[in-house]
Amino acid sequence: MTESPNLVAFTPERLETVNEIIARYPEGRQKSALLPVLHVAQEQWGWLSSEVMDYVAGILKIEPVEVYEVATFYTMYHLDPVGKHVIEYCRTGPCCLMGGEDVYGHLKKKLGIEAGGTTADGLFTLKEVECLAACGWGPVFQIREQFYMNLTNEKVDQIIEDLSK
Amino acid sequence: MARKILTEHINVPGIETFDVYRKQGGYTAVEKAIKTMTPEEVVEEAKKSGVRGRGGAGFPMGMKWGFLAKPEGVPRYLVCNADESEPGTFKDHHLMKSIPHLLIEGMIISSFALGANKSFIYVRGELMYVIRILEKAIAEAKAQGFLGKNILGSGYDLELVVQPGGGAYICGEETALLESLEGKRGNPRNKPPFPAVKGLYQSPTVVNNVESISNMPWIINNGGDAYAQIGIGRSTGTKLISASGHIQKPGVYEIELGVSVEEFLNSDEYCGGIRKGHHLKALVAGGSSVPILPANLIMKTANGEDRLMTYESLSDGGFATGTMLGSGGFIVFDETACIVRNTWNFSRFYHHESCGQCSPCREGTGWMEKVLHRIEHGHGSMHDIDLLVDISKKIEGNTICPLGDAAAWPVASAIRHFRDEFVWHITNPQEATAPGAVYMGDMALV
Repeated sequence: MTESPNLVAFTPERLETVNEIIARYPEGRQKSALLPVLHVAQEQWGWLSSEVMDYVAGILKIEPVEVYEVATFYTMYHLDPVGKHVIEYCRTGPCCLMGGEDVYGHLKKKLGIEAGGTTADGLFTLKEVECLAACGWGPVFQIREQFYMNLTNEKVDQIIEDLSK
Repeated sequence: MARKILTEHINVPGIETFDVYRKQGGYTAVEKAIKTMTPEEVVEEAKKSGVRGRGGAGFPMGMKWGFLAKPEGVPRYLVCNADESEPGTFKDHHLMKSIPHLLIEGMIISSFALGANKSFIYVRGELMYVIRILEKAIAEAKAQGFLGKNILGSGYDLELVVQPGGGAYICGEETALLESLEGKRGNPRNKPPFPAVKGLYQSPTVVNNVESISNMPWIINNGGDAYAQIGIGRSTGTKLISASGHIQKPGVYEIELGVSVEEFLNSDEYCGGIRKGHHLKALVAGGSSVPILPANLIMKTANGEDRLMTYESLSDGGFATGTMLGSGGFIVFDETACIVRNTWNFSRFYHHESCGQCSPCREGTGWMEKVLHRIEHGHGSMHDIDLLVDISKKIEGNTICPLGDAAAWPVASAIRHFRDEFVWHITNPQEATAPGAVYMGDMALV
């Protein structure tokens, strides 16, 4: 990539949020802000490019590699561009007991993509995730902060149609 | 109706707000602790209560507090573990989103007891909406003088920070959580030193589960002795059970420790029984990592006694015939469930979540997943069963943190109690891989 790093910058509102986050920790412990700040970055750019990670490293006064090693360890950070809505589908046992695998098959067919894929219109990216701590309300998937619970084929159709409008 | 300590007011409309929570008697325990008690007296009540770590380990909380080092001039930290990620467990999620002030009140009391002036609630990042609920509640409590500088005019200061994770089961392990809170990968630390001596930022730190801390307001209001009178023996108080799977009423239930498994499973107050027209085949009582038991062994111990929802009764018989209360993730399987498929699923989970630091876990979880995948998909050989047992034994006890054990136990226990089902998959691959096929054999259903 040849894009100059200084083209990457938080919006003023987000920069304020980031500074508030950094101020939560004791002096010299600003690295603690890394995970929350990466969430803020992902909110702005949708995914974490190396330019964004380098920018975050600069803000937190840490080495870029310290950001890369964290961003690649945790599953919530997207390291490639994603669609407008990222569907994070729970594939773990308790959801499967509630018919999660059948509903997942239906969802994949409906979107015409497999795990990791993005629809041609760029609206949906599908990700498989592990247990979301919502087992009593399974099957579940999550889109950003929203949980969609007790899923059925019909509910999935409705959700996809609503989000496609 | 059983006594409720944590969920008594959970369905009161508006309980997530400071005003409604306060009207239900909220924050009186903070007033009592900070205005009339010393930190040592608060610790003493926690010890008397006998409350044990509700995240899964079951270690007495008061004793854990007692280990906290208190060197002069070094800050001490309380960190609440809200990284709830053990499959089958969703009680902390339910508690925090429904009644956030209960945890905050517990955090204030506990921080006061430990002499912490900055405390953290580490919430798994997927629960960002819960983080926002907690942050709103914290702002309310601060505006009312229950947080911040000079709380209730006592001279005690406390700042409460909510920290999001990034998606990693391993961060439920307390030292991995501390690494993550320091902005690093969630690799568990070698112990000793334990967090009580060198924890967050190398300072003395206590890490406690959401539910454990949420008991503190009741314990302060009613006394540790009153808490200890609830329950049976060393299983004192109440426990939140996350019930999922093939039952009539999945959800989170608060039980008095000591209720029988049968009552919890079948009474209308709790799970309401197995879904209509079906029978109990197997049960995981304490989250995916604890040994799975067949129907007959979960209802009665090997000695024929009623199995109770207590730390002791569930582990009666050791791993040969017993299991663990763990996190209280109660996953119910009826006769339509395939044990091989479920074991493969859990195995994939642990492989995915292994941090990769220790070879037995990093490699072993991958091997187990692969072998289980081929058995489930009709390509297994009889040798694979012994191979799985062998791998599980070589992981168990050979890793820095308990994730290795957590990965080994579900596999070892599934083979221990459901070996016939594995054999059937291997010897009847065509039948076993047909859509919806499940081994029926002659296993005992209840």
